[in-house]
Amino acid sequence: MLNKYNKNAQSTLLQVKSITKKFGEFYANDTINLSINAGRVHALLGENGAGKSTLVKMMYGALQPTSGTIHWQGNEVSIASPAHARDLGIGMVFQHFSLFEALTVVENISLALPPELRQGDLSHRIADLSQDYGLPLNPAALVADLSVGERQRIEIVRCLLQQPKLLIMDEPTAVLTPQEAQALFATLRRLVEEGCAVLYISHRLEEVKQICHDATILRHGKLVAEVDPQEETAATLAQLMVGASVHKVSRDNNDQVGDVLLELSNLYQNSSTPFGVDLVDVNLQVKSGEILAVAGIAGNGQGELFGVISGEECNPNQNAISLLGQAGDGLNINQRRCLGAAFVPEERMGHGAVEHLSLTDNILLSRHGCIDTHSPLDRGWLGIDKKQLAQLNQVIGADYDVRKSKEDAAAGSLSGGNLQKFVVGRELNRKPKVLVINQPTWGVDAGAAALIRQAVIDLSRQGSAILIISQDLDEIFELADTIAVMSRGQLSPIYAAGDLTREQIGLMMAGSHEQSDFNSNLDAGA
Amino acid sequence: MSPYEAILLTIITASTPLLLAAIGELVVERSGVLNLGIEGMMVMGAVCGFAAAHVTGSAWLGVLAATFAGIATSLLFGLLTQTLITNQVATGLAITLLGLGLSGLIGSGFVGLPGVKLANVSIPWLSDLPYVGRLIFGQDPLVYISIVLTVGVAYVLNNTRVGLIIRAVGQNHHSAHALGYRVVAVRYACIAFGGATSGLAGAYLSLVYTPQWIENMTAGRGWIALALVVFSTWLPERLAAGAYLFGGVWILGLYAQGMGIGIPSQLLSALPYIATILALVIISTNRRLSVINTPASLGQGFVPDR
Amino acid sequence: MQLILEKRAQASGLMNLLSPVLAILLTVIMGGLIFAAMGKPPLTALYLYFIDPLTSWWSIEEVLVKAGPLILIGVGLAVCFKANVWNIGAEGQFTAGALMGAIIPVLWGEWQSPFALVAMLFLGALGGALFAFIPAWLKTRFGVNEILTSLMLVYIAQLLLDWMVRGPWNDPHGYNFPKSASFEGWHLLPMWGDGRMHLGLVVSLVAALVLFWVMRHTLKGFEVNVVGSAPRAGAFAGFSQTKMVWFCFALSGGLAGLAGLIEVAGPVGQLQPNISPNYGFTAIIVAFLGRLNPIGVIFAGLLLAISYIGGEGVQIELGISDKTTQVFQGMLLFFILMCDTLILYRLKWISTQSSQQAIGDPS
Repeated sequence: MLNKYNKNAQSTLLQVKSITKKFGEFYANDTINLSINAGRVHALLGENGAGKSTLVKMMYGALQPTSGTIHWQGNEVSIASPAHARDLGIGMVFQHFSLFEALTVVENISLALPPELRQGDLSHRIADLSQDYGLPLNPAALVADLSVGERQRIEIVRCLLQQPKLLIMDEPTAVLTPQEAQALFATLRRLVEEGCAVLYISHRLEEVKQICHDATILRHGKLVAEVDPQEETAATLAQLMVGASVHKVSRDNNDQVGDVLLELSNLYQNSSTPFGVDLVDVNLQVKSGEILAVAGIAGNGQGELFGVISGEECNPNQNAISLLGQAGDGLNINQRRCLGAAFVPEERMGHGAVEHLSLTDNILLSRHGCIDTHSPLDRGWLGIDKKQLAQLNQVIGADYDVRKSKEDAAAGSLSGGNLQKFVVGRELNRKPKVLVINQPTWGVDAGAAALIRQAVIDLSRQGSAILIISQDLDEIFELADTIAVMSRGQLSPIYAAGDLTREQIGLMMAGSHEQSDFNSNLDAGA
Repeated sequence: MSPYEAILLTIITASTPLLLAAIGELVVERSGVLNLGIEGMMVMGAVCGFAAAHVTGSAWLGVLAATFAGIATSLLFGLLTQTLITNQVATGLAITLLGLGLSGLIGSGFVGLPGVKLANVSIPWLSDLPYVGRLIFGQDPLVYISIVLTVGVAYVLNNTRVGLIIRAVGQNHHSAHALGYRVVAVRYACIAFGGATSGLAGAYLSLVYTPQWIENMTAGRGWIALALVVFSTWLPERLAAGAYLFGGVWILGLYAQGMGIGIPSQLLSALPYIATILALVIISTNRRLSVINTPASLGQGFVPDR
Repeated sequence: MQLILEKRAQASGLMNLLSPVLAILLTVIMGGLIFAAMGKPPLTALYLYFIDPLTSWWSIEEVLVKAGPLILIGVGLAVCFKANVWNIGAEGQFTAGALMGAIIPVLWGEWQSPFALVAMLFLGALGGALFAFIPAWLKTRFGVNEILTSLMLVYIAQLLLDWMVRGPWNDPHGYNFPKSASFEGWHLLPMWGDGRMHLGLVVSLVAALVLFWVMRHTLKGFEVNVVGSAPRAGAFAGFSQTKMVWFCFALSGGLAGLAGLIEVAGPVGQLQPNISPNYGFTAIIVAFLGRLNPIGVIFAGLLLAISYIGGEGVQIELGISDKTTQVFQGMLLFFILMCDTLILYRLKWISTQSSQQAIGDPS
């Protein structure tokens, strides 16, 4: 149980007074007040786009406020740069790590340290400190070879070497297995006992209740509440974050599971990029009326798996993919679409949609390849049927509640949630027999997430086979009928969703199902 | 001097401008910037170096003027690509076209005039050693400068903090910015260094190689230097080897022409360009090597959030 | 105070039109300054440069003749650059097209029929496209950077032409001058006007209009746009990067080769070592000044043609080196790239407090 009255918790460390940040005409932060005390874990809660990241970037000197002041240990400061913030004693672990893949751990850490801390045997100190705090690291390793969890350790060690008074952590557990998250919490508790303050940004309410002493909640750039997380429930916290009661996704039990529509058998694929993950002996089946979720920490081959199933990475030399009963290996993405498959990639911008193109053009992106409307969109030399595209855009906009500034706005002008509704809607509009979605609701607000998840469930209940790739365990338990876990390019066997606990999934995320290197070495030697 | 010494000497002379221009570009590219304007910077160096040396009578002032001309031209490139975030490929082409035109204009009054040759350094006794004496101890100063620069760049990139910062900026400018490094300033500095060495390479052509001003006298060497950087997979030691190999090909063509064997002179003149293409193909067959060393943000503009 | 760029919420449509105008204006101002620095009367020089070529029918014809190849090569390159394929070897493909098309007049001089001309045009385009396939193949098969290979091939093509006109294809009655026999009859394009205007300009305009339609309204144009600006989205749409490279090189190489054939079968009338005043490189500027839009390329081609004729005029009247043409062209590309920044960004003054860090050190 959390010690509510930590003995170190007296002095106010950092205070933010009526701070505002505008990007153009958009208020990312609107007159926000916040104070953080030493020896406490302070949660900063809010939905995606609520302004959490903007606020902490100003505290860390990476952005400058439009108006308002920041006070550090009672004195007003203007934090000009991250280096200045570090000098004051503020360290930050970013959600998207600021690491250099082709440099070693020691080089990465050295880049972030002031001269006096670089002296002497840095490798040795890194090894000692990481051992001490339970964050094992090999200083000579190349970052590219490390797992996401290990990369986060580099960021944390890099902060700790500077003995920060305030440690800011932006969504640290998003990339960790449940077990890794518990280990991180132990490290944070030790830091707080030593008198350090932690500003903990998250939207995972259970863990906020588990480790945070205070909580500040943002919504649409404004501060809406300051609460004691111990006295709240996850439901009340969620309500404060979202501003309305959260719509619960409804599903009945599916008893109409039919034929296998998507099957991978003994699939191997070498990565086409230097730092990518090779897929090793992947097997899976998705049946009509069924949702299979592939869980796993980002960067374990999910992107490669999506590429192979969608046909973006085509490998005609094997016989591993069966799509709606047909051999799929030699087919490109459009041929697979024509069979009745649809795909939603992880990256909305730049992969699923093009920022500077209009929504109608973005519909064309995945809908030109085969005739799934009453007349073809592409009429050759006569040009594209723009009228039909406009109609499709209107239907998708209405069916999936896509909010936009004008009917045919540029994709880049939509918010993350609305763009995701559009990208998913574009595919669901075709009523595909097989749907593959990578991270369906990553970085999307709760309302949009609920709409998307409900639409996916509804599609499966109409007899489609759906494969979801996700790193969000809540989402997986909400949607999946069956679950498999991916780690380092290997996929676990498929389990019924009801048969698995979070802890079991966590162990598999960490690789408990992988064939051991020892065995494969033996095979290679024989 | 034996014929073999003479050939080696001319090979070094032909290789040095390539090495000078390429070693600067290697640093520029390691910082994540692709400057295709080498040819333009080089030809500006050549004409300004010649003009300054002709007017003042001092070859060393010519070298200095060439260096500054190279830096000035490169800073134009920097202004566009770093401050105004223009497309680096197009801007590099613009620098080349502008440099070729401007040098022609500046040089129109200097065509056919006698130039000043940068004198060779001759170390007493050592340069009289048999076989290697002239070769190692009797070169012109820019040869030594090119070698010192190559060794220096290799040392700085691999062993110093400055080198670490340059590599970091070239690999991931967002991370470098997040850590508080001034990405744009680092890149400006690297671009200026690249301009300086390209200017030196130009000076080598108009003050050592053929001490006179001839229009477009760079003859595509800037582009070959660019290819050399790719060929070297961004490693200075391989760059030096590549430069001398290319100088060798160049001289081979000249000697073959001189000997009057029955090959068309045009084919021999085309040898360096054909060799460049072949070299690029050969290096590309080991794709993993070049991909791993490629600065990940090469050619991408960087705008920090404000 | 410090000047910074701030990203616009949406690309500015106004600046998209204004940017080339601004670039031309800046070029003219800089040009005037250069003339002044050379001790020449700047206004007279500028008049001779940009206005005088349009004051007589003779020089207007000259401008149109020069604009033909610039537009034809420029539209091909505009599509290439839009697709993020960097063919900068159009000068070489121009030469290759001229050589290939010249097979008929040089080797089958006796074949005199309209079909001979049609065959020449076809061979010209084919020659350019085949020559452009070299960098395309090297890029798609080995991943070799197309900028360097296409440029190296320019030198190789020029040396090949030089060898051909001095060696195998040298005019036996030409007193050993480096040139082929003059083309005659149906091996020359129909001419009109004062005898310089020829079919080439019509071909260029048709090519520009067709490509405008393709880029604006068809799936192929959409494909070029998507593959060029968002390659991963292009893969998602099922567009092949490899095929796009081949398409772009075939198109731009073919058009450049056609331009080369038209040049030797038109104004030049024979093969000789110098058949192009840098058309292939100037067309790069034409493509950018025309906003990579085929209609824009028509106007840009005309403007750069004026700069050629104006450059000659200034040289004759004021004794200024004809290198000024190249300087003007270089400056134009420079300023257009600079002004294009304003389409996506706006300039803004900010206070300097955020720029007080030491360079390159976080401490």
